[in-house]
Amino acid sequence: MTKKLVPLLALLAASASALANPFETTLANGLRVIVKEDRRAPTAVHMVWYRAGAMDEKDGTSGVAHVLEHMMFKGTKHHAAGEFNKIVAEAGGRDNAFTSLDYTAYFQIVPNRALPRMMELEADRMANLQLTAKEFEQEIKVVMEERRMRTEDNPQSLVHEALYAAAFKAHPYRRPIIGWMDDLEHMSYTDARDWYHAWYTPSNAYVVVVGDVDHRAVFDLAAKTYGRIKPHALPGRKPQNEPEQPGIKRVTVKAPAKLPYLAMAWKVPKLKDVDADREPYALEVLATVLDGHDAARFSKNLVRGSKIAQSAGAGYDGTLRGEAMFILDGQPVEGKTVAELEAALRAELKRVQDEGVSPEELARVKIQTIASQVYKRDSMMAQAMEIGGIEAAGHKWQDIDKLLEKIRGVTAEEVQAVARKYFNDDALTVAVLDPLPPDQAKPRKPAVAVRH
Amino acid sequence: MKKMLLAVLVLFAAAAHAGPKIEHWVAPSGAKVYFVETHVLPILDVSVDFAAGTVFGPADKTGVAGLTRALLDAGAGDLDEEHISSKLVDLGARMSGSADADRAGMSLRTLSSQAERAAALDLLRTVLAAPTFPESVLTREKARTIAGIREADTRPDSIAAKRFAAAIYPGHAYGASATVESVERIGRDDLVAFHRDNYAAKRAVVSIIGDVSRAEAETIAQRLTEALPAGRPDVTIAPVVMPVRATVKVAHPATQSHIHIGAPAIARTDPDYYALLLGNYVLGGGGFVSRLMQEVREKRGYAYSVYSYFSPRKLEGPFEIGLQTKREQADAAIKVVEEVLGDFLAKGPTEKELAAAKKNLVDGLALRIDSNAKILGYLSAIGFYGLPLTYLDDFPAKIDAVTVEQVKAAFARHVKPEHLVTVIVAAD
Repeated sequence: MTKKLVPLLALLAASASALANPFETTLANGLRVIVKEDRRAPTAVHMVWYRAGAMDEKDGTSGVAHVLEHMMFKGTKHHAAGEFNKIVAEAGGRDNAFTSLDYTAYFQIVPNRALPRMMELEADRMANLQLTAKEFEQEIKVVMEERRMRTEDNPQSLVHEALYAAAFKAHPYRRPIIGWMDDLEHMSYTDARDWYHAWYTPSNAYVVVVGDVDHRAVFDLAAKTYGRIKPHALPGRKPQNEPEQPGIKRVTVKAPAKLPYLAMAWKVPKLKDVDADREPYALEVLATVLDGHDAARFSKNLVRGSKIAQSAGAGYDGTLRGEAMFILDGQPVEGKTVAELEAALRAELKRVQDEGVSPEELARVKIQTIASQVYKRDSMMAQAMEIGGIEAAGHKWQDIDKLLEKIRGVTAEEVQAVARKYFNDDALTVAVLDPLPPDQAKPRKPAVAVRH
Repeated sequence: MKKMLLAVLVLFAAAAHAGPKIEHWVAPSGAKVYFVETHVLPILDVSVDFAAGTVFGPADKTGVAGLTRALLDAGAGDLDEEHISSKLVDLGARMSGSADADRAGMSLRTLSSQAERAAALDLLRTVLAAPTFPESVLTREKARTIAGIREADTRPDSIAAKRFAAAIYPGHAYGASATVESVERIGRDDLVAFHRDNYAAKRAVVSIIGDVSRAEAETIAQRLTEALPAGRPDVTIAPVVMPVRATVKVAHPATQSHIHIGAPAIARTDPDYYALLLGNYVLGGGGFVSRLMQEVREKRGYAYSVYSYFSPRKLEGPFEIGLQTKREQADAAIKVVEEVLGDFLAKGPTEKELAAAKKNLVDGLALRIDSNAKILGYLSAIGFYGLPLTYLDDFPAKIDAVTVEQVKAAFARHVKPEHLVTVIVAAD
């Protein structure tokens, strides 16, 4: 097993060392620009990331980070609503945006010759957004439809919303990204405008470009576009740390469905110090051993072996601004209960606590990590997302390789140690979907009268 | 939390000018091979697709095509499913399958280094040619499939998709979805027979892109297909019968109505392909700039997602408009959609709209072939639907040649109001 690693590692090193890449600069106004040259095709990905996400919102205006993301397509002093989309489309490109708990990001994928225009337009809306009541009144309806589609009519989404709301009582991760429907109903364009003025400034943003570009030319363009924007001070951020959980929490969601669904979340450490930390890497390896690939324990033991699970998953994301959780989830097969599935998931954890993990399993994690890195280079968007994502968590793109190296260095003892240390019931929140036959569920009435 | 899910918007395959150099040959086994050589990344992508989609299964056992495909790697040669999955993981390789109405197949991504590549390709060969379809795995997977069907039948989006397919393809395999009963009827013999009949070299397209030479690709293609079963003679698929205009309403407690409007429309090799692709971009395929998006979402806030697409198949694949909207306003939203469609059918796109659509489709070609994974998809489609090898190179000229009148005429031929079916799930 371990012998195989040598040629694989050599291959990774050989292909990566060919380029002194990415490149980075910081403009006078504080905006950082990161460029990764990838000359395989005449295209480019351009992204702007703002360090402002749902976790920066206040009670009463949940969802405003995401609403503002929608409003960013509604015109500036220089361009009418929808014009940005039109220019991207005519350049042969596509564009979109996404909001997370930690950040809001905008991107265009375009033929490389269109990059200067994209940078001009993105810089324009960083400073010159025209936010009107009229556009807002239309768009907030769209966002409410989005919430109905993603959450209200999606039982597993409702369970995840309930899970986070129960697990955190002080930390802002308790609020959903899309916002509570009632907050959306009562939001006004001034809430969105205030959000924009508070957080959208060059010193709270960074630009990521990946593609067939010369980094020096991109730096010049950035200075001529983004460089003209004056920065302003940011609002203070409070830590809002979650107090220690004093005991298990359980919540139930009733919604139209056939199979029940179970999600179990333990509070665990996140990655803070890339060099000094060990536990976050061990938790990452634990998640991979349980559910990282088709031969991992959950598929092998719970879906194929004991056949108790219709599906079963394990996830840990330690690269984030807020607080981390280790989440197990799944659906029992017909005839089995959530209680039986919960017991089976706990038994899998216990096996790691008692017996640890095998050298073969660790070797697989390493091979998977290396292969994923090679495969990721087939996609410019995946590379841009990787850079943007790690920066959003407060780390540096230079840490990407370090993280992978650390994961490859995790020992069986370390995996067993985190499994023993963090998975106790006091830090656990369990959310369950209690399925209602659709013919017994009634259409829910809108919470509030329709806006005027 | 994406602003829009763009992936669903354009199911039309579109491609690029000055495409990659595609090499084509027929392997001694009889399989058609399509190959692009590129050494920039140390990876190899291979897919093997067969005329083995749902249309080739027995009518009373819908689901047999999907189960056959799903169980290929659940035991093959002298390997059981645990051996196959752990071997792949140990090699750092990824194997995945896909099955639709027309085709089914497996694809493999592997590092191109000799030892890994050879072992991964050997696994793919075994899985394709010598699946064992173990009874115990079939029992388990049937139970999971049935549970999945029961679950899907509670969700408004799946109910709407199934009812729409059934309504626009009455009595045709294109409209059939697996049911609890049809899956229960499937036995191991059905999988064995389906594999023996359909997973044959002469029904196969092998697509290869990556870090190997032409000579190596020839060996790979032959090895992957030489041990496949002989297969049966070609069967003709029953022609599509056009539906009669109708509205189907299905009760459901969801907060949003799920609405589909459409009809069977176009076969992949139809010469109207380019005119419909352009017209649909203007109507509802062009993301934020389409007419449906403007009228339904941007002007009225009726929906988060509204789109139209043509999904060409061997025979007439569907044209569909879809949206979800708060149930109280479903009628109002449908009225807007019908007005937009009616106006488009009557007048076609404007010259300006057509020019913008051409710019997007032609200039955007580079984006659609900027990775090995994307090009692999084109190789497979070119092979399976018998498109010219110069398909990617010809694309800009074909697009540029289309006129407003041709778009209008193509829509008149392929989207006829008297055949349009409307399905509304969670209707008031």
